[in-house]
Amino acid sequence: MALQSQDILRRSASPTQPPVAREHKIEVAKLIDVTTCIGCKACQVACAEWNDLRDEIGSNVGVYDNPADLSAQTWTVMRYNEVEENGKLEWLIRKDGCMHCADPGCLKACPSPGAIIQYANGIVDFQSEHCIGCGYCISGCPFDVPRLSQKDNKVYKCTLCSDRVMVGQEPACVKTCPTGAIRFGSKEDMTAFAGERVEDLKTRGFPNAGLYDPAGVGGTHVMYVLHHADKPGLYSGLRKNPTISPVVKLWKGLLKPLATIGFAAAGLFGFLHYIGVGPNRPDDDDGEDQA
Amino acid sequence: MSREKLIVRYNAAERINHWLVALCFVLLALSGLALFYPAFFWLTGIFGTPQLARIIHPFVGVLMFVGFLRQFFRYWHHNLINAEDIKWMKSVGSVLRGYEVGDIGKYNGGQKGLFWLMCVCLLALLASGIVIWRPYFSPSFPIPLIRVALLTHAVAAVLLIAGIIVHIYAAIWVKGTIRAMVEGVVTYGWAKKHHPRWFREMTGQSGAKEPR
Ligand code: HEM
Ligand code: SF4
Ligand code: SF4
Repeated sequence: MALQSQDILRRSASPTQPPVAREHKIEVAKLIDVTTCIGCKACQVACAEWNDLRDEIGSNVGVYDNPADLSAQTWTVMRYNEVEENGKLEWLIRKDGCMHCADPGCLKACPSPGAIIQYANGIVDFQSEHCIGCGYCISGCPFDVPRLSQKDNKVYKCTLCSDRVMVGQEPACVKTCPTGAIRFGSKEDMTAFAGERVEDLKTRGFPNAGLYDPAGVGGTHVMYVLHHADKPGLYSGLRKNPTISPVVKLWKGLLKPLATIGFAAAGLFGFLHYIGVGPNRPDDDDGEDQA
Repeated sequence: MSREKLIVRYNAAERINHWLVALCFVLLALSGLALFYPAFFWLTGIFGTPQLARIIHPFVGVLMFVGFLRQFFRYWHHNLINAEDIKWMKSVGSVLRGYEVGDIGKYNGGQKGLFWLMCVCLLALLASGIVIWRPYFSPSFPIPLIRVALLTHAVAAVLLIAGIIVHIYAAIWVKGTIRAMVEGVVTYGWAKKHHPRWFREMTGQSGAKEPR
């Protein structure tokens, strides 16, 4: 994690160029084929095991979702949804977690230099020792992913097993998946493979099958094959056109130059006015006033 | 010196109140700007470490708000805007060239405007500050609201800081003003020139030479 990295595309709150000597690294992607996932949660277990995470044992809330949500100790959860499509009941199961956006809202929002970095291979990773616990990333993320730990006030999320990927291994969830529903490779290969899957699905009664790689965030390094790509909302509220919120863009974008101009104008005005017009003193001073 | 004729403008309690609020403001503005401008992140150092700055800032914010609230109740009735103030505001141009405009009471149009700007900004900063305050309060608010609060907090902070720059400059420009907030007194000349109506109220004298 804290190894010397020379392949950093972006670094939070850092106006100057991060080290990119190895930026030629190929972009990776994890492809989650929702249509072949059986909801066994092996990936959830593998994630907790590899990353050494121990969430508190919760209680059954009457549905399969367990734990019910992401947390600082649960970086991926299976979300289950029952829908009726084409007159048939469908049980749609989606593995939720960080999408490793090409244009990550979390990184854009983060005020702490180097607390969030994006590697040349596309992985967006939190560097917890630099995290100050402000939670800005939570507001920046269009997918509601980062979670603040109550224990240490740092934010955690899926690392795409950056430690494994760095040494040429696939993420733990990919390795574990018994049906091969989760794959890992170059983004190019995964996109091509997804294309084949989509073609296949189209011949099997899912004319709207497609790849979920939303352009609004520059594409993602975690992609889904969906049977109903026209209605991603069916998959427990997957967003159709996710983008970084315009409010966040304004806050992190235009406001900064405007503020700088405002401060500079106020300061410069004072300086020029004092030099130009000079101090304002009482003229007929009964009490010699020279403060 | 001993012959200097003085009027008390701020008593000790008012001065302590002012400088407490001012100290809070400086700490808040520096630690806040550290998060706002990546290049100034090092300013979090005023509270020791970045994490400490993140933790302490909101508490100082509440302290500043309470201090300002006390000032609000002290001064609001001196800051109601009247026709003289409108005249003043319309003629800022000549005011800036050093002329006095209008029969000004305790505060002029500019000071009143700034007073209300500060009130609005501090209310906005408190309200939005609570919404973005982790780990305590934010979890009770939906993320879209937190985003708006983050923007609001930053905008209000920028306005307040710009306003305070003007406030500080005005105090430097108008000689004799800083003394009012440090020693608590102003000279007859100062009061007569800049706040003639207040001068008459305080002394019962007419300001002799009326400013135009
Ligand atoms: C009135 C009570 C206030 C409260 C409760 C408050 C609270 C907060 C909180 C919770 C944050 C997020 C960072 C953190 O957790 O520390 C923050 C950031 C900030 N605060 Fe405050 N604050 C207050 C007053 C002020 C004042 C008076 C100023 C300016 C003079 C100010 C300027 C800022 C700035 C510039 C930021 C960074 C915003 C950004 O990153 O865009 N705050 N404040
Ligand atoms: S909580 Fe940590 S990672 Fe998230 S924005 Fe703040 S400093 Fe960055
Ligand atoms: S999904 Fe959220 S946390 Fe993950 S990279 Fe995108 S913005 Fe960041």
